[in-house]
Amino acid sequence: MNSQLLIGYTARDTFLNRLSGSTKLIGFVALSIIGMVTYDTRFLLGVLLISLILFHFSKIKYHEVAFVLQVIVAFAILNLVMVYVFAPSYGITIYGTHHMILGSPDHYFNLSWEQLFYEFNLLLKYIFAVPLALIFLMTTNPSEFAASLNKIGVSYRISYSVAIALRYIPDVQNDYRTISLAQQARGYEISRKAKLMTRAKGAIQIIMPLILSSLDRIEIISQAMELRRFGHNKKRTWYMAQPFKRNDYLALIIIVLIVLVGIALFKVNGGRFWNPFE
Amino acid sequence: MNNKNQSSNSIRTVVATGIGAAVIFVLMKFVAIPTGIPNTQFNVAEGFLALLAALYGPVAGGLAVFIGHSLNDFVTYGSPWWTWVITDGLVGVALGLIKNRLNVTGGTVKTMKLVWFNLYQIVVNFVAWVLIAPTGDVLVYHEPAAKVYLQGVTSWIVNSVSVAIIGTILIVLYSRTRAQHGSLKKEK
Repeated sequence: MNSQLLIGYTARDTFLNRLSGSTKLIGFVALSIIGMVTYDTRFLLGVLLISLILFHFSKIKYHEVAFVLQVIVAFAILNLVMVYVFAPSYGITIYGTHHMILGSPDHYFNLSWEQLFYEFNLLLKYIFAVPLALIFLMTTNPSEFAASLNKIGVSYRISYSVAIALRYIPDVQNDYRTISLAQQARGYEISRKAKLMTRAKGAIQIIMPLILSSLDRIEIISQAMELRRFGHNKKRTWYMAQPFKRNDYLALIIIVLIVLVGIALFKVNGGRFWNPFE
Repeated sequence: MNNKNQSSNSIRTVVATGIGAAVIFVLMKFVAIPTGIPNTQFNVAEGFLALLAALYGPVAGGLAVFIGHSLNDFVTYGSPWWTWVITDGLVGVALGLIKNRLNVTGGTVKTMKLVWFNLYQIVVNFVAWVLIAPTGDVLVYHEPAAKVYLQGVTSWIVNSVSVAIIGTILIVLYSRTRAQHGSLKKEK
């Protein structure tokens, strides 16, 4: 159960694995930002299609990510329902026309093609980056990820913080599980059977030792790093850093082109929305 | 001597950011209680953030929650919801700004200071979750205002409660383990 909750890096022999971490990071951030801003359905569908093709080539098996995908889809649907409940005629306001399916625009609850189209765009925005994120997470070695952060201009202290976070998440998770089992053995009930207050108290009995031991860990690690003269020089080199190769430059050019298309579409559409209703 | 202290403080900030982000990630993933409104949970992590920021300052607090929150979004929703991640980072910075005022490492924190701290965090959470985060959603993601402001208000309430209960308990418990400032006297 818990292994399904977390998805992580495994070495696979694909061209996506061989791309440098910096390329994948730049690609993910650039595409997710442009996709965040635009409401052009054609563009979002295009990016989704490209990321699905990449996902196919990444040799990631569906069952590895099935659980995560189900959660993502469930949340997306909940959000769409909530958008509809709170603003059922938001689409009409945005696109300026009304093609009704049910009811009339005068009623609070009505159903229009504009609303459906707007929510379809929202759905695309919620999910288009998911394949990219999964590819990024599952084909990038965490240590290389920190090196690539530093390469694209993030200060090496912050990159190192990220490296520490990625390195210690499994440890903290193990601690959590151990403490939880130990406290349950001592009789603290935290399962669904207990009352809410009992559960809350049980949770606090787990969190306290976890947090206090983590604070100890901060002291130990920072002393160890100080002994090794961390932070003495302005720059540092990374064991896992990868130099850019031909494929990296190719990928970067393609990413730049996609982003440029996205920006050009703002001009063409005269704004963020593509309006097929006019 | 002074210089050496500074460098060891900056190393501690780096490590506190990393470990803090890992703890925030685990707490967000395993110890979150849904409120019934999508994408808003009662997060124990916010309470921990209050202690982390009070101990290690604005840089560690802000970055730790920024990294922890985006990693959690990554593995739960597929991609980070940037407006909320950035807002959470700002909350971390704001909570870290009162590090010297609260002085957790200097021994037991007095009741007046705790009251003051809680008023401060409620205002910080209000500005962050009711003003900044939903406005960002409307501007950047073009979501309907009514929906995101409801999410914002809910987050404001649950996050303030989390800091008020769990954050305060953590700060009091932690400060009790520290020696009171000026509790030792030189023997004549």
